[in-house]
Amino acid sequence: MGGRKKRFASVLDRECVACGSCVKVCPINAISVYKGLFAVVNTEKCVGCGKCSKTCPASIITIKEAAE
Amino acid sequence: MKKKKWYDYLWIVSATYLLLGFFNILFAWIGLLCFFIPLLIAIFGGDKLYCNRFCGRGQLFDLLGNKLHLSRQKDIPRFLRSKWFRYGFLIFFFIMFFQMLFNTYLVFSGASSLREVVKLIWTFKLPWHWANQYSSGVAPWVQQFAFGFYSVMLTSTVLGLVTMGLFKPRSWCVYCPMGTMTQLICKGKHRKVHGNCK
Repeated sequence: MGGRKKRFASVLDRECVACGSCVKVCPINAISVYKGLFAVVNTEKCVGCGKCSKTCPASIITIKEAAE
Repeated sequence: MKKKKWYDYLWIVSATYLLLGFFNILFAWIGLLCFFIPLLIAIFGGDKLYCNRFCGRGQLFDLLGNKLHLSRQKDIPRFLRSKWFRYGFLIFFFIMFFQMLFNTYLVFSGASSLREVVKLIWTFKLPWHWANQYSSGVAPWVQQFAFGFYSVMLTSTVLGLVTMGLFKPRSWCVYCPMGTMTQLICKGKHRKVHGNCK
């Protein structure tokens, strides 16, 4: 089947300020802040809606397509 | 839509705090909570739960920028999110904070008299005597600290509002000294994790 490729949010963790804005907007709780260091996306859950990417004040979240 | 929790309304506390400073400067002391709570959470909890959940100021910027559309929603310039700017701003903030504490000490020791002004962006001295009418009987240094601390809070709010308008609503969070400091504490506490991610 040639369906759409799965999309997911990807965080540039070295530049993440761990503010948690992305966590608040994620409609399916697929993102969390790991130990106050950076945001981590659960790629299994993430549907790549892009809300976190839009809200991220540092603009370090991008939406990627799964390689497969 | 996520169900709102009690802590999603802390922006009301932040807005009220800023307003109270216009009527009675002594309320500025309450702002110390915004310094101690995030630090205690980072030191003992090892995370940035304050930024992530409880920061009323972040919520206020979010509300103004997103709900009231007062933000251009543009990407923040790269240098503003660079490490040197964030750490540099933290150091600058520290220096200005200690200068404010020193001014408080000068009033405490009697070397200098009380100045009823709020210093905005560390430069503009705004007359603020009308918010100090209820301070009779209060030690001058307590009043001086209130003026100094409120200056810090108002200045950071103004800077946050400007970057909220120009860039994303919570742009302040990128270079917020408390956010940078608590993240540094977390990095120190979880050095192994951070080391692996480098």
